[in-house]
Amino acid sequence: MNAAFPLMGNSGAAASSKSRAAAEGSTTAAPGASTLRMKVTRINFYYGKNHALHNVSLDVATNRVTALIGPSGCGKSTLLRTLNRMYETLRHTRLEGQISLDGVDILTLDVTSLRRQVGMVFQKPNPFPKSIYENVAYGLRINGHKGRLDDAVEKSLRRAALWDEVKDKLQKSAYALSGGQQQRLCIARALAVDPEVLLLDEPCSALDPVNTAKIEELLFELKPSCTLVIVTHNMQQAARVSDSTAFMLNGDLIEFSPTRQMFTTPSDPRTEAYITGRFG
Amino acid sequence: MSARLMWRKTLNATMLSLTGVCMLITVSVLFFILGYLVYNGGKDLSWNFFTRLPAPVGEVGGGMANAIVGSLKLLLLAALFGVPIGLLGGVYLAEFGGRTVPFLVRYTADLLNGVPSIVIGIFAYALVVMPMHHFSTLAGGVALGIMVIPTVLRNTESFLRDVPSSLREGSFALGANKWKMVATVVLPAASRGILTGVLLALARVAGETAPLLFTAFGNRYWSPGWMQPTSSLPVIIYTYATGPYEDWHRQAWAAGLVLLGLVLVTNILVRTFLSRGTSYERS
Repeated sequence: MNAAFPLMGNSGAAASSKSRAAAEGSTTAAPGASTLRMKVTRINFYYGKNHALHNVSLDVATNRVTALIGPSGCGKSTLLRTLNRMYETLRHTRLEGQISLDGVDILTLDVTSLRRQVGMVFQKPNPFPKSIYENVAYGLRINGHKGRLDDAVEKSLRRAALWDEVKDKLQKSAYALSGGQQQRLCIARALAVDPEVLLLDEPCSALDPVNTAKIEELLFELKPSCTLVIVTHNMQQAARVSDSTAFMLNGDLIEFSPTRQMFTTPSDPRTEAYITGRFG
Repeated sequence: MSARLMWRKTLNATMLSLTGVCMLITVSVLFFILGYLVYNGGKDLSWNFFTRLPAPVGEVGGGMANAIVGSLKLLLLAALFGVPIGLLGGVYLAEFGGRTVPFLVRYTADLLNGVPSIVIGIFAYALVVMPMHHFSTLAGGVALGIMVIPTVLRNTESFLRDVPSSLREGSFALGANKWKMVATVVLPAASRGILTGVLLALARVAGETAPLLFTAFGNRYWSPGWMQPTSSLPVIIYTYATGPYEDWHRQAWAAGLVLLGLVLVTNILVRTFLSRGTSYERS
């Protein structure tokens, strides 16, 4: 039963997200390209002997926000970390199945170029102990850019809605910023290398409501230029920001459907139990 | 109840005074040494002491300029030789090692740290002095450099381990490979602590006598270049203090004061440097 559910949920969602994207005349780049930016096909993931993801499939639609929800330990962060192969920084991890980015298997990509295309923002703001300017420039620097990168830094900070607050103190330490500003700085840092996909791992869990609202607003502004996948603990947040939502439980993807549908007429009783607050 | 309370109060007072006394003893030993050095060495400290060569035996006066310069040259060599090895070894232990190798390396480093300094001197003698057939600044620098390695290694490792892993993740997520991540994020974040450790390690070996006795040896004159025997503060203190002349004894006191002053100043500088806080936020 467990094995069957994710596939059922997934196939329905895939169809609906595709048709919806087509109906809205989605702005994908190359002709003939799919409206799917990333496609996760029946993956299993292991931490040592711990089987953390069971046969999960997920379609990430281009220039949409996909939310992953579920109780702690359900595997939503793990799933997110397979998308840019961040799990490889941990020992004894193993991935089976296929994940593709624009139709290319991500395991065949150079991990450096994959992570440049699939950026990531973490739960706790983690700016580097450098100036605000150098934080944003970092991604370009490690790819060999030398000297001044003023235009790129300004553009990224503007995209992260932080420019007006920091434009007079670019050389100050990033730690002089508030928590919410630090998180937007981390978003700017990720945007500087112009990723196609941005993964956000509970980006607001360390922030107060005002800063959370700012980040959520930012996600809307980024949507036309970037595909977003957000892990969140907060179901209201998923409902507010996402176009489609995946509900996970104990390593299974239980249901994946358009967000409105998920929160009004969930197809699985477990989804309904979770979103109505009966557990989790 | 009341008796119990009395007992508690007595016990508290006893333990408090006991720890206080031990603290006083510790501090007073240091201040006694310092005071004794200042008392005995201070009056012979003059400008000449820093600028002149040692006077010939029997003549009063002269200085230890060659020993001060010699010590600085030895420390420079020790830093050039020992710091890169310790630093990069520490990076390996903290960032690249698996389980077994770092354990062995750490264990070996701790053993090396415990090797008596005279043995290190013999090692440097066999390694450098024997093939060259004469004592040299180089040999002394190698001996001190070997002593610096384990301290710098362990210190670098521990400061690198203190860097939050979220910074490493942040760097990886932007496409950095491991070496770039270490070089651009972790090392800069830990640089202050690492530098502190390096300076403290050098301050410690600055006072070593035994490893220099048969490597750098000693010299009553200037030691040009790096291939001649050289004078150094610890060795000249040893020679003068055990010598038969009253004037030598006073000079040895003064040299002791200079050496302690150098170490003390380094220590204080390092601690004020470090107390300005770490360069990353601790979680």
